[in-house]
Amino acid sequence: MSFAFWIVAALTVAGGLAAVLLKNLVHCALAVTLAFLGLALMFLQLDAQFAGFAQILVYVGAVAILVVFAILLTRNAEVLAKGESVFSKTWLTGLIAAAAVFAVLGWAVLQSVRGLPNETAEPVVTVVEIGKALMWHYVLPLEILALLLTAATIGAVMVALHEKKEAK
Amino acid sequence: MTPLAGYLLLAALLFAIGLAGALTRRNAILVLIGIELMLNAANLNLIAFWRYGPHPEALTGMMFAIFSIAVAAAEAAVGLGLVIAIYRHAKTTDLDQMNRMKG
Repeated sequence: MSFAFWIVAALTVAGGLAAVLLKNLVHCALAVTLAFLGLALMFLQLDAQFAGFAQILVYVGAVAILVVFAILLTRNAEVLAKGESVFSKTWLTGLIAAAAVFAVLGWAVLQSVRGLPNETAEPVVTVVEIGKALMWHYVLPLEILALLLTAATIGAVMVALHEKKEAK
Repeated sequence: MTPLAGYLLLAALLFAIGLAGALTRRNAILVLIGIELMLNAANLNLIAFWRYGPHPEALTGMMFAIFSIAVAAAEAAVGLGLVIAIYRHAKTTDLDQMNRMKG
């Protein structure tokens, strides 16, 4: 494990933990952006440049902005009564479930550590090859995805606009 | 420890953090953030297996991750749209208070 891996891993985990634990929603959004950025750096470390830049473009660029907009649009809702926790009443159950999931996943990884593949040769993948694969081999999933994104965009606008129309 | 095991453990940790956030937070937007973290952890697994597994030139893991990123973006748009719609209706984003299916 290289030194760079540990730095980026610490950054990502710190971002994720801060996003889950912080009280202020805007701080949470910024922390999760940090985690997304750390994951993009991970992708770049893993020689997946295209996925890394797609991650920056989609998550750090679009999803983070979307989350901030949603937080600002629902600003008045987050006034908490004094002493009220940001966590739900059943937080202990959730925490136990999450810890159990981590324990099982970690155990599975550590058990199979010898059987894991370990190719050392760096894969050389150009964007041209990715584009060709998308246009030939994966063209049907790509078209379905285009349809899904269109439907999701229209659906999101419809859902968010609905109440306003009724009010008028 | 092989590099792949390190990435897999990190992904498991991120997944657990995201799951804890989704299960314990009261704010609906924070639950969505937790779900995004879980999706990202899965993407890290896909990319790590693509990098260290045999035949990276087949691009399967990479393509899976790219499609997953796109689907997650669609999910985020619809999810946040729903949160805003519920906020307009019930004036709350607190999941403990969202206990009615009708009006």
